[in-house]
Amino acid sequence: MITAFFNQMPVLVVVVPLLAAPLCVLAHRAFAAWLIYCLASWLAFAMAFLLFVEAKIAGEVSYAVGNWAPPFGIELVIDTYSALVLLLVTGVAAVTGPYARKSIASEIAIEREYLVFALMLLCLAGLIGITVTGDAFNLFVFLEISSLSSYALIAMGPKRRALLSSFQYLIMGTVGGTFLLIGIGLIFMMTGTLNMADLADRLPEVYATRTVQAGLAFIVVGLSLKAALMPAHIWLPNAYTYAPSAISAFIAATATKVAVYALFRFVFTVFGVGYAFGTLPLGIVLLALAAVSMIAGSLASIFQTDVKRLLAWSSVAQMGYIVAGFALATPAGVSAGLVHLLNHGLIKGALFMAVGAMVWRVRASSINDLAGLGRAMPLTSAAFVIGGLSLIGVPATAGFISKWALMSALFDAQHYGVMALLLVASLLSIIYVGRVIEALYFRPLPDDVSHHKHGEAPLGMQVATWTLIAVNIVIGVHATPELEAAARAAASLVGGAP
Amino acid sequence: MREHTVLRIVSQLVIAPMLLYALYVQFHGEYSPGGGFQAGVILATAIILYGLIFGVEAAREAVPPTLLRVGAAGGLLIYGGTGVATILLGGNFLDYDRLFDHGGQHYGLIIIELGVGITVASVMIAIFYVFAGRGRQDDPDSDEDHGSADDYDADDVS
Repeated sequence: MITAFFNQMPVLVVVVPLLAAPLCVLAHRAFAAWLIYCLASWLAFAMAFLLFVEAKIAGEVSYAVGNWAPPFGIELVIDTYSALVLLLVTGVAAVTGPYARKSIASEIAIEREYLVFALMLLCLAGLIGITVTGDAFNLFVFLEISSLSSYALIAMGPKRRALLSSFQYLIMGTVGGTFLLIGIGLIFMMTGTLNMADLADRLPEVYATRTVQAGLAFIVVGLSLKAALMPAHIWLPNAYTYAPSAISAFIAATATKVAVYALFRFVFTVFGVGYAFGTLPLGIVLLALAAVSMIAGSLASIFQTDVKRLLAWSSVAQMGYIVAGFALATPAGVSAGLVHLLNHGLIKGALFMAVGAMVWRVRASSINDLAGLGRAMPLTSAAFVIGGLSLIGVPATAGFISKWALMSALFDAQHYGVMALLLVASLLSIIYVGRVIEALYFRPLPDDVSHHKHGEAPLGMQVATWTLIAVNIVIGVHATPELEAAARAAASLVGGAP
Repeated sequence: MREHTVLRIVSQLVIAPMLLYALYVQFHGEYSPGGGFQAGVILATAIILYGLIFGVEAAREAVPPTLLRVGAAGGLLIYGGTGVATILLGGNFLDYDRLFDHGGQHYGLIIIELGVGITVASVMIAIFYVFAGRGRQDDPDSDEDHGSADDYDADDVS
C-alpha cells in the first residue's frame, strides 16, 4: 500500500488539489471550503517534499498517465529542477491556507468565499501540473487551468478596478497562452510528438527549418508574457494591486515563477542549449530584456504611492534578475537564476502577506495609510522589515544568497555591464523599501485609525507571514542544501559538473 | 411572449428531440464525432432555448441553480474519481483496463465523458443564468451562483 502510494505520488500531487476544488464547491460553506483547502494544500506540500527526496535519489521520477507508454501517452517527469519549483508552489500554497481565512473573510462576501478556495485549489492544481508534466501540450492545458482560475481570483478583489485589471490580465494572458499553443503546434508539426524528451531527440534533425525557429520564438514570447518580462509586464502591477491580499501573496510568489520554469524547461530541455543560445541569439535577447526589467521595474517601483503596486513593480524588476541568471546558460548562471526564483518567491510571498495584514487593519494600501503602523502592529511591521532587507539582499537573508550567486555568475561570464545594472537596481530597491519603512516607523499614527480595530493581525496571518520570514532567514544562514539542489538541477539542464 | 405562437410551438416541438440528441452524442462519443463536451453543450442549448422562449424563471424552476452547482462539481468528481478508482484498483491514474475485465477502455471512456458532459452542461446553463439574471435585484439566487460559471471550463478542453 505504501509503495503503491509512493508510485502514484507524481499524479496524486496534481489530483488531490484538482479534486478538492469541486469538493469545496459541494461543501458550499466558507469554513468547510477553507478546511478542504488547507488539508489538500498541506497534503500536496508533503507529497512535493517526498518527490523532491525521490528525485534527489533517483535523479528523475517518471509516471505514465493511464499506463500508456511515454512517447505516446502523457508522461509526468519530476527531476530536481521541477521538484524545487514544486516545493516552492506547494509550500506557498500551504502557508497561504492559515493566512487566507481571515484575510479573505475581510475582503470577500461570505457567500462567495467557498468559490475563492475552490479557485485557489484549481490554480494550485494547474501550477503543480505545469511543473510535473513531461508533455508539451499537457503543460499548455495546465497553464490554462491556472490562468483561468487566477483571472477569476483577481476579479474577486474588493475594488471595482479589480475587474478591469483581471480583464487586462485575461487579454495578455490569453495572448501568451495562444502563442505558447502556436509554438507547440509548430514543433509538433515538424516532429509528430508532444513528449518533451522525445521532442528533444527529434528536434535536432529539423533545427534548420524556419518552422522550428518560429516555434521557439512563439514559445519564448508566450511564456515571457506569462512571466511578465519587461515589454510584456503591463498586466502585472494592476493584477497584484487589486487582487485580494491573500491571492496577491499566492500568485506573486508562484504564478510568474512557474512561467519562468516552463520557459526554461522548453528552452533547455526541449530545444537544447546549443540551439537556443548558440545557433540562435536567445541569450543576448533575454539578457537585454532582463537588464531593462531590472532597472525600469525598480525605477517605477520608487514612484509608487500604493504599497501593493510598489511590490508588484519590484516583482517586474526581480523577474529580470531571475531571467538574467538563466539567460547566461552556464551552470553557475542557471543555478543562480533558479535560486533567486525560489528565494524571490519566498520574499515576495512574505512581503505581500505582511502588507495584506496591514491592509486587513487599515482597509487601504497606500503608503500614507500605513503611517505609524510600526507602533500599532510591531510584529507585522518587523516581518515587513526583514522581508524588505531580504528583497534588498542584506547578508543573512535569502535575498543575499541568490544575489551573491547571480553576481558571481555574471562576473564569471564577464557580463560586467549587467552586473553593474544589477547593483544599481539593488540600490534602487533600498529606496523603495526604505520609503515603506519610513512610513511605518517614522510617521505618527493618524488619530482616526486607532478607532478601528486595535492591535496586531489575527494569529493565522501572523503565523503564515512569519513562517515565510523564518524560511528566508534559515536560507540566508544555511543555504548549502538549496544551492546544492539548484546546482544539481542546473547540471541536468545545461550540463557541467554539479 | 404570449403572442409568439410560432416560436412557442416550434420550440416545444424541438426541445425534447434536442435533449435526446444530446444523449445520442454523449453515448456515441467513442465511436463517432462527439462526446461529453459536445453533448453537454447541446443539452445546455435545449435548456437555454427553453429559458429564452418561456422566461428565465421557468428555466430556473426546471433546472435550479443549486443543481447546476452540484452538477458542475460532480462532473469533475466523476472524471477524477474514475482516475482515483483505477489507482485504488492497483493501476495508474485513468488506467481504464483496471475497471472491468473486458472493455475497460471502452466503459472507462463512457464514464469520464459522462462527467465531462454533466460539467459542461451545468456550466453553460449557469453562464446563461448569470447573463440573463443581470440587473434583476428581485432574484435572490442570481447573486449566489454568480461565480460558479467561471470555475470549471478549463478542465474539459482535453
